[in-house]
Amino acid sequence: MAKIRQSEPRETPEMNTCSMPDIVFMFLFFFMMVTTMKEVTYKVVIHQPQATELTKLENKSLVRYVYIGKPTKEWQKTFGSETRIQLGDAFADVSQLEDFIVTERSSMKEEDQSMMTVSIKADKDTRMGIVTDVKQALRRAYALRINYAAVQKVNTNQ
Amino acid sequence: MAKKRKVPALNSSSMADVSFILLIFFLVTTSMDSNKGLQRRLPQPLPPDQKAEDIDIKKRNIFVVKVNSMNQLLVQGEIMNDVSQLKEKAKEFIKNEANDPDLPEKSIQYIDYLGEVETTKAHVISLQNDVDTQYQTYIEVQNELIAAYNELRDEFAQNRFGRKYEDLPVELQKSIQKVYPQNISEAEPKNYGGN
Repeated sequence: MAKIRQSEPRETPEMNTCSMPDIVFMFLFFFMMVTTMKEVTYKVVIHQPQATELTKLENKSLVRYVYIGKPTKEWQKTFGSETRIQLGDAFADVSQLEDFIVTERSSMKEEDQSMMTVSIKADKDTRMGIVTDVKQALRRAYALRINYAAVQKVNTNQ
Repeated sequence: MAKKRKVPALNSSSMADVSFILLIFFLVTTSMDSNKGLQRRLPQPLPPDQKAEDIDIKKRNIFVVKVNSMNQLLVQGEIMNDVSQLKEKAKEFIKNEANDPDLPEKSIQYIDYLGEVETTKAHVISLQNDVDTQYQTYIEVQNELIAAYNELRDEFAQNRFGRKYEDLPVELQKSIQKVYPQNISEAEPKNYGGN
């Protein structure tokens, strides 16, 4: 016969947390791998255009960025809603671009200077006028290696 | 000799906390946007005292692509409704398989590793856009043109070596680049109709 026993108050067994650091480390390494530090805080809204023939920018220390787009909400009061250029952390004018490139280039190592790439990150609704102005300024500054930032096109069956 | 002492076990219970802090830091700073884009090269700047000269290029060697302010395409004088046709058209032009007198002239050139190859190195793709052209359209056109070159190079690599262009060693890739050199010239933007 089975005895009905008044059970003593049971304790939940303690969970073994030995492997928690391992799991956390796994996550940590994953994020360390995929992470790309943001270069700057965007003051302009950029939705990059789509393309298929993309090449990856290899050496990040040799890349300088030019952002083109409409100012974000909080900056629209001071800078309006017209398309603007952002260099580094500040809004800039096309005329400042040449100086910016020259100073950036002189801060590089001499053997790297000729390898400098300028990445143009522009919003997809930007008009070409401003992009062409930027390109002409880059030409004058002898920054001839450029890169139009774009994202991989998602396949749509057309 | 002294007795061998036991090494006291290191208390590693705070390890999880430390790694959590690191994890959270990377979680916050992470932005998954990849640095990808279309690689291009700008032409050398003109000396300031020199005016832009029109270089004489035979008409058969030029492939004109115009984009107006309404993002419409005019390719070789014909309206093109869909950007995706541009790639085929450009390929046909660059390759000139049938030695058509209206398409770029061919010349025999000696290239390292490949020997003598017939190329159309004199061809130029002229891309002209309006001030009001949308950037997305511009990128699409550039993308199609680059795709045309990439496909031609890939076809050449397949025919010659039976391998994809990307899988070939760098020297061979450079040689194939000489067979199909990228000659995309961009003119100053002008106002082509449509206000």
